[in-house]
Amino acid sequence: MRVISPGFLTTVQDAGRPGYAHLGVSASGAADQLSLRLGNLLVGNPAHSAALEMTLVGGVFEFESPCMVALTGSDFGATLDGREVPLWHSVYVAAGQVLRCGPTKRGARCYVCIRGGIDVPAVLGSASTHVATSLGGFGGRALKAGDVLLCKTLQEKPSHVPQRVKRIVLDRIAFREKIRVIAGPQIDLFPEGVRSLFTSSQYRVTEEADRMGLRLSGPPLRGPGAHDILTEGVPLGAIQVPRDGEPIILFVEHQTTGGYPKIATVISTDIHAVGQLRPRDTVTFEFVSVEQAVRLLAQLEALITTGSLEPA
Amino acid sequence: MLSQELWYPRFQLASDCSLLITFGDGISRKHHSDVVRLFQLLRSEQNPAIRNIHPAYSSLLVSFDSLLLGPAEFEAFVRGLVDRIDSARSLPSRTVEVPVCYDNTFGPDLESVAAHNGITAEEAIRLHSTPQYLVYFLGFAPGFPYLGELPAQLVTPRLSTPRVKIPAGSVAIGGSQTGIYPVSTPGGWRIIGRTPLKLFQPDREPPVLLQMGDIVQFNPVTKEKFEDLLEK
Repeated sequence: MRVISPGFLTTVQDAGRPGYAHLGVSASGAADQLSLRLGNLLVGNPAHSAALEMTLVGGVFEFESPCMVALTGSDFGATLDGREVPLWHSVYVAAGQVLRCGPTKRGARCYVCIRGGIDVPAVLGSASTHVATSLGGFGGRALKAGDVLLCKTLQEKPSHVPQRVKRIVLDRIAFREKIRVIAGPQIDLFPEGVRSLFTSSQYRVTEEADRMGLRLSGPPLRGPGAHDILTEGVPLGAIQVPRDGEPIILFVEHQTTGGYPKIATVISTDIHAVGQLRPRDTVTFEFVSVEQAVRLLAQLEALITTGSLEPA
Repeated sequence: MLSQELWYPRFQLASDCSLLITFGDGISRKHHSDVVRLFQLLRSEQNPAIRNIHPAYSSLLVSFDSLLLGPAEFEAFVRGLVDRIDSARSLPSRTVEVPVCYDNTFGPDLESVAAHNGITAEEAIRLHSTPQYLVYFLGFAPGFPYLGELPAQLVTPRLSTPRVKIPAGSVAIGGSQTGIYPVSTPGGWRIIGRTPLKLFQPDREPPVLLQMGDIVQFNPVTKEKFEDLLEK
């Protein structure tokens, strides 16, 4: 597969490389793991095979051999030799066809999943790119015009029946702007009035948002005790509050440790929604209990694993 | 005596799939020794629910698959390990010599660090390379060591405007901390020298030069020696 034009930021991503945080290595991986997973299921891949993650503006790719692909996540207006490619569907691509993607119509990211998965050397067990430290993926960087990507081949013959993701699943993982969180480890440093401000305000994603974190602008969160804390480990989705009071959602390439107080953490089921936020999108936050968060995660997992596809 | 009956350490859920265990609010060798031992126990248990472990000065964050083992069960598992923390061996202590070329080319802030503290550059080099530093943990970037303790006479505030790009291998001071940048990143610490060694090589086993619990001894070397030792 040849890159004719890469788009704004297109990288190879899979489920990431957990297990190396003690070495200072972030897990990285797809910003919207759900879309990656569903795309891989559509083309008959293992769920977390490597795919292309396109950001805001998609690329143009020429396929040199026939294959099966699926586009998932946000609608980037993709066409194949000029014909519209439906999102959330498995699609057969003939040799020589050109996949053309453009600017997003809604959310930040779109995945191109190819049967067999993208073939790049594994770094610490993963094909994911950690852009900030130039680690992994395709040469540790975003794709450029002229790059040629290889795909692995699978032994089993693909299903001849085109598949699509069920409506019930799509409704469940639709774009959301109300992000659910649980209380963060330093929530006690933020007085009740500040917590109310946090959940009653709209925050705007700034232009600085990237795979490491989404800096938000909105009513600053200040607590008399909310100053620097002793550096400690930080989880994915932690909402940290630096001195200026403007919160930052730590995202897939976040540093493994940090010294800012954390008021809240995004729940696991809403992380993929954060991966679809664009600069200038607005979000609001809602506290839920840990029990609710885990229940939601179990429900979503059950939905995905018990038949999320149907014949198209 | 069960850990539930003690205030030490503190257990908190940092997310719906991660547990933060805090041994103290400050930096101390005692807290760190507990961090190291709990880390060892977590690694040796090989619980399939464990996804990632982030040790720090006085705490560990452990992320886990909360569908495989719910938060309450996972906390009980870790409390059980804390209860037998005294049975954990400490890591064997390795001393790693890190050659550093301290000069104005590799250390553009060497003079200003010395001037800030009212000492000469030579004195600053001597002060920086004398202590045996403990690697408290790795964080911030792959292989980046948080070292302690920097001599008081070298404490210098971070740059008010961080540099856009700091060369890999740069040895730096930020406030009362000192460390080595393993990869080229932006940063606001004061650069006083550079090491020819690679702190992080993903295809090497282990991928990092320094590990938690190591003792680091900086060794001043000439520019010629630096070129000799340069790892490509």
